[in-house]
Amino acid sequence: MIQATLFMLIVAVPVLFLTFFFAWRYRAGNKKAHYQPNWEHSKMEELIWWAIPFEIVLILGAITWTSTHELHPPKPIGVEPPLVVQVVALDWKWLFIYPEQGIASLNYIQMPVGKPVRFEITADAAMNSFWIPELGGQIYAMTGMVNRLNLIADQEGEFMGRSANYSGEGFSQMKFIAKASTQEEFDAWVREVHTSENDLSYLGYEDVAVPGVPETPLYYSAVEAGLFDMIVAQFGHSHSSEEPHTH
Amino acid sequence: MFGILTLDAFIHGPVETGAQLAVVGGALAVLLALTYFKKWGWLWREWITSVDHKKIGIMYLVLAGIMLARGAVDAFMMRAQQVLAVGDQVGYLDPNHYSQVFTAHGIIMIFFVAMPLMFGLLNFILPLQIGSRDVAYPFLNSMSFWFTVVGAALINLSLVVGEFAATGWLAYPPLSGLEYSPGVGVDYYIWALQIAGVGTLISGINFLVTIIKMRAPGMTLLRMPIFVWTSLGSMILVIFAFPILTVTLGLLALDRIFGMHFFTTDLGGSAMMYINLIWAWGHPEVYILILPAFGIFSEIVAVFSQKRLFGYISMVVATMSIAALSFVVWLHHFFTMGASANVNAFFGIMTMAIAIPTGVKVFNWLFTMFRGRIIFATPMLWFMGFLTTFVLGGMTGVLMAIPGVDFQLHNSLFLVAHFHNMIIGGVLFGFFAGLVYWWPKIFGYKLHEGLGKAAFWSWIIGFLLAFIPLYLLGLMGMTRRLSQVDEVFRPLLIVAAVGACVIALGVFLQVLQMVVSYVQRNKNIAGNDPWNGRTLEWATSSPPPEHNFPSTPRIKERDAFWFAKERRESLFSTPDHHIEMPKNTPTGFFVAMVSGIFGFAVIWHMWWLVPVCFVGIVTLLVVRSFEHEGSH
Amino acid sequence: MPAHAGENVTFGFWVYLMSDCVLFAALFATYAVLQGATFGGPTAYDLFDLPFVFVETMLLLTSSFTMGLAVIAAREARVGKTWPSGPERRLLLLLAVTLFLGLAFLGMEVYEFWHLIAAGEGPTRSAFLSAFFTLVGTHGLHVALGAIWMCVVGAHIWFNGITTGAVRKLTILSLFWHFLDVIWICIFTFVYLFGGLAL
Repeated sequence: MIQATLFMLIVAVPVLFLTFFFAWRYRAGNKKAHYQPNWEHSKMEELIWWAIPFEIVLILGAITWTSTHELHPPKPIGVEPPLVVQVVALDWKWLFIYPEQGIASLNYIQMPVGKPVRFEITADAAMNSFWIPELGGQIYAMTGMVNRLNLIADQEGEFMGRSANYSGEGFSQMKFIAKASTQEEFDAWVREVHTSENDLSYLGYEDVAVPGVPETPLYYSAVEAGLFDMIVAQFGHSHSSEEPHTH
Repeated sequence: MFGILTLDAFIHGPVETGAQLAVVGGALAVLLALTYFKKWGWLWREWITSVDHKKIGIMYLVLAGIMLARGAVDAFMMRAQQVLAVGDQVGYLDPNHYSQVFTAHGIIMIFFVAMPLMFGLLNFILPLQIGSRDVAYPFLNSMSFWFTVVGAALINLSLVVGEFAATGWLAYPPLSGLEYSPGVGVDYYIWALQIAGVGTLISGINFLVTIIKMRAPGMTLLRMPIFVWTSLGSMILVIFAFPILTVTLGLLALDRIFGMHFFTTDLGGSAMMYINLIWAWGHPEVYILILPAFGIFSEIVAVFSQKRLFGYISMVVATMSIAALSFVVWLHHFFTMGASANVNAFFGIMTMAIAIPTGVKVFNWLFTMFRGRIIFATPMLWFMGFLTTFVLGGMTGVLMAIPGVDFQLHNSLFLVAHFHNMIIGGVLFGFFAGLVYWWPKIFGYKLHEGLGKAAFWSWIIGFLLAFIPLYLLGLMGMTRRLSQVDEVFRPLLIVAAVGACVIALGVFLQVLQMVVSYVQRNKNIAGNDPWNGRTLEWATSSPPPEHNFPSTPRIKERDAFWFAKERRESLFSTPDHHIEMPKNTPTGFFVAMVSGIFGFAVIWHMWWLVPVCFVGIVTLLVVRSFEHEGSH
Repeated sequence: MPAHAGENVTFGFWVYLMSDCVLFAALFATYAVLQGATFGGPTAYDLFDLPFVFVETMLLLTSSFTMGLAVIAAREARVGKTWPSGPERRLLLLLAVTLFLGLAFLGMEVYEFWHLIAAGEGPTRSAFLSAFFTLVGTHGLHVALGAIWMCVVGAHIWFNGITTGAVRKLTILSLFWHFLDVIWICIFTFVYLFGGLAL
């Protein structure tokens, strides 16, 4: 981003300078300035200002091409197998399912620092957007489809997450906490969640999906296997929008 | 008989009731004034049934002014809510109402302020600039205007009876589908836009044919004023883009009325298809708005630098490139929807490509100023304001065109600041400049210069105060459309609210300027050519007679009027004796009114009324076709 | 200005047809995207009866032919002759045949739609069917409006004879009618033929 801004300043700064300079120098009151009322064409000048922006856009285009592929959300980070978190956007809360650990939570996730996390994102509500600003970019959460987003926390901390696409009345409350901790703390948290009284069955999910905003994060000690796939499948679409193997 | 319309639809909460009373009160006040001053006949004869492009132009400007008031009030309401509803506080607007406000704000500003401003100036000035007596289809011109009015009326009606869409200005499904928006709000949205959209499409065809077919003899394409070129580009975009809007809204209506499955969550609907379609219209739409504004600035720079526009052909090429490129960038509005990296990168690069011809225009403007003799009248100030803010807006646009960056900035206040930067700094400043520049031609007297300058400074300072904080808030991670915000965002939101107040001062000064200028009009009579202009509209009186010119001018070169003045020649030969102008007709007005009733009937499920209206429209048009080609 | 008016009307109508083209393009795009979304309901292959559609196509194409003959008749006629006389009669007859063929086409289309809806395979059954009904139905709506318009033009000629204005109206109507023919060929190819042959 900084790189791109600097490139653009190559054009922007002279433009701003010339704007004020010309306005000052060629103001009607300044009789010293040369007045050429019919000078309106110069091949060399035109060439310069078609060519320079073209070059800059060419460079920015190259940056765009490479960075877009680098930062493509489903692209895995590193070679280590990631922690998988399944995400369901609901009205108006976020349901997180950890399939390997067999736990789930509402509006709270924890992950180990330095470990890549693969979020598999869907919705059972209007279109939302899954976003943890301090960790990376966002991606849309849509019914019947799975979008994949790979993130990694470099430092410990508690980060705010939210929905970035307006989805109705409770949109402003659709916040969650993403905590990055050490591996030990993460394992301890998973154990703690396992002691929760709640569990998430298919039927229990129906209650969770009822529109509303939970007061505090909720934990589920057990999750019915295949719940996420069932949530996606209920809309009948047969494919996910991003296959990991396509490129 | 009344479909689903019940008395409940009239009952609202306290804030909405205030709005309801304002709309009803305002309408009543106007009706009473008309009756008291016995102006109904005058209104009917001179304005409602008029097919004169000059009168229609003025009516568009009046519509824009009224709707600007409402759109601005919506904006102030939002700024106020975001300052008050911090942490646990809920502010004074409930989330549903707040979302109706931001939805209405967007729709009103784009469809009922920016477009009418554009068509108002286009209507009045374009035929004059090409030396024509009218547009190609005067009757359709009248009908298009009244369609736009009906659209605006429906949006205002939604304040009084029912509700408006609570979905954001583009009404993405599934939120806008029946399942999540079962009320009439989205239906008001659909039909207001469909009707106004038909009006716009017809106007697009009208102006395109006018430009291509009705130029004065000798005015080849490369001798047209640059404003006409940019308008041509804009009208081509209208013709290609608006049918897409018609289809998209139509499909959404079919989902909602008949239970079809274009965009539903089940049975195969694809919300992504809607997003692609609506932005395939939406992106060209913003270029439809900005191109004429660029044209206005081109005219103003030349006149107020007392120098020929630099690089005319280059400007033409740049304009048409921008128009063409605007069709291959739409995906940049939803990089985050999950397309492949190749697709995202392609659209990102194409988006940046538009910066090239736009940059060329900027340089050409600067070099028009170079070695000119610049007069800093109000229109030139607006141009300077535009140039500085537009560079910032353009940079932020190119930044967001990089998908990796956009993942962080999409739907944040950074985005909101960017597009307001372009639309206020570019479109609105352009139309304000055009309004001040052409006011003398339209009304016969110049606007008060001091108040004009004060209004400009209020606007630009207010704009910077209101929107630079939003750029910063976006970088801090604040999403758009929040009715309740975190503490950490509050200080910058307060600055933004102050900025909004300064903008309000600017609007007030503009209104004051108009009032004062009107009162003092006899002291500031404009004459034909108050600015020492270069183009044909300055060759006739201010305001022009109904037939525009005494005879059809003969054109030998670009800036023909300027050079005729230099050589002390006239462009006109002997005045025509027999000039035929089209007759007034109420049909355009009636067709639009019946369409409005049609829209209302569909919204409230009064199914019996729908075919009645359809038959009414067909009948009116058939009767019209039998009217002898009326003229006088 | 009146001298140019006729030429402007025809040109403007071409421009309108371009916008209508874009409208249909958007509907075709929607159909292309949604044609696979059958959701357990019928597919294109299940639904489309190619011989039936062939007859519809022949009706519409023939009506375009008779419309073309009508325009030629109008151009050949001398202005101002009173009815009944050779050219006017021939013209009105050709228009009537065109109208009849167009209405026959519409009748078949309405029959097809009715049949599908009655069998529970209407536009609310799946996204594919929504797209199909809307694309083909929009074309049908255009044809219906053209038919109404044809009656109006016919009435003009009946009451006022073959004036320059009437010839202009007829020319524009014929442009519209031929345009609908072209759109139908695209529908026939991409919707029925490709679908019916399971392409």
